[in-house]
Amino acid sequence: MSEVKEMAAKQERQALTGNEAMALAMRQIEPDVVAAYPITPQTEIVQIFSTYVADGLVNTEYVPVESEHSAMSAVVGSAAAGARSMTATSANGLALMWEILYIASGTRLPIVMPVVNRALSGPINIHCDHSDTMGARDSGWIQIFSENAQEAYDNMFQAIRIAEHPDVLLPAMVTTDGFIISHGMEIVNTLDDKTIKDFLGTYKIPRNLLDVDNPITVGPLALQDFYFETKVAQADAMMKAKPVILEIAEEYEKLSGRKYSFFEEYRLDDADVAIVVLGSTAGTAKVVVDNLRKEGIKAGLLKLRVFRPFPYEELKEALKHVDVIGVLDRSDSFASLGGPVFSELRAAMYDMETRPLVTNYVYGLGGRDIDLHMIEQAYRELLEIKETGKVDQYVNYLGVRE
Amino acid sequence: MTERREMPIKKGQGWKTLPHGGIIPEGGTAEHFMTGDWRTNRPIHHRDRCIDCMQCWAYCPDMAIIVEDGKVVGIDLEHCKGCGLCVAVCPPKVVALTLTTEAEAKKND
Repeated sequence: MSEVKEMAAKQERQALTGNEAMALAMRQIEPDVVAAYPITPQTEIVQIFSTYVADGLVNTEYVPVESEHSAMSAVVGSAAAGARSMTATSANGLALMWEILYIASGTRLPIVMPVVNRALSGPINIHCDHSDTMGARDSGWIQIFSENAQEAYDNMFQAIRIAEHPDVLLPAMVTTDGFIISHGMEIVNTLDDKTIKDFLGTYKIPRNLLDVDNPITVGPLALQDFYFETKVAQADAMMKAKPVILEIAEEYEKLSGRKYSFFEEYRLDDADVAIVVLGSTAGTAKVVVDNLRKEGIKAGLLKLRVFRPFPYEELKEALKHVDVIGVLDRSDSFASLGGPVFSELRAAMYDMETRPLVTNYVYGLGGRDIDLHMIEQAYRELLEIKETGKVDQYVNYLGVRE
Repeated sequence: MTERREMPIKKGQGWKTLPHGGIIPEGGTAEHFMTGDWRTNRPIHHRDRCIDCMQCWAYCPDMAIIVEDGKVVGIDLEHCKGCGLCVAVCPPKVVALTLTTEAEAKKND
């Protein structure tokens, strides 16, 4: 039996929804404090976790707060006090946390939060797109996207280690696609509690509020003389998170047999045309890649896992041989040049000697289904662009009625 | 004024050596700053009437009541913000603290 199979045999195979997998991960993490407010489609995560608390399965202080603004404020306080602290949210809940997101990262508190991606209102909508997380892309949080429930489960533990690493000390979001992953049931291989506990270790930050022998001031005024330095140190920590992400992924692979990096490359090595995408749509796109390969078309895929820190050097290296790239964005920037993934990836490629042609597909807003045909249509258009050598339109809306 | 400790964060210090997240790794650092310079009212302490009950010392939010050997000896005007709490809690039969405007008080400085 190979090493990987042996590891898989040690794990428990469970049928779980994405939310159940994330709640289970939270039970195994057993944070000191969870403060949360319900919002669809995240609600189940903290609801299931609250039953763990009620049943005495975890030793966690659970604070049912009156809003997401309060949830994030409460975990900022508890994290600064030296407690491993978590919350969870979606869409408008994340928007209500806005102010405190920046305070959490600016104060360098390693809070980990599942975000179940959902479209921002209005019009009001409860289904998946990435407009919530993408809006928070400059909030100084690490952002890790998950394709399925298994990745969501695995990303949670890695996020704790990355966030709390002494070189990093930044908060982290772990996302899943609302309903598609959060409420869809899949097979998830889970590790035992002890393995997880040993992997995580204890929460330690350099200074905490409850250390009475070493009093500190948290959240002081920093005006023209110190604010700028604080922000540059934050940017530096985000860059330092890159090697840490790879290091932790390697360590986790030894426990689980599952490999993680900044992104996953699928049949990309010799690809002429490739799609770059986040989250659950990658699974659908892989099927399209396989179908096109059968036709002799060299189609490939890059699934971005870590959006913050943005791995631009590694992306350039992975995509440099591709002729035409289609970037799929599940959010729009409204008359900026394309969605966030597109504009950042395209900017990263600007100084390459031979640049791939890049076009953008904004898709799936408000949970609009994306199927094999739409993705195939995008690949066929990429092939046309390869033929003509010209991108006529940078921003295309995939699957919308005119 | 007691001798000042060294400030844990130096003026002009760069981002590479500053503590994370704007944290000040020490308590009581207000003593490094003149936090009372925007006062509009000023309490006046009348030593001859004071009974050293320490109500003002207990209530002062800025620790600006100076006590030596169990006796109130004055007010730290570098940190007093003129809120008047000390005047309000001074026993009515004693009235060892009174409030005047900063402008009026400055005439006698």
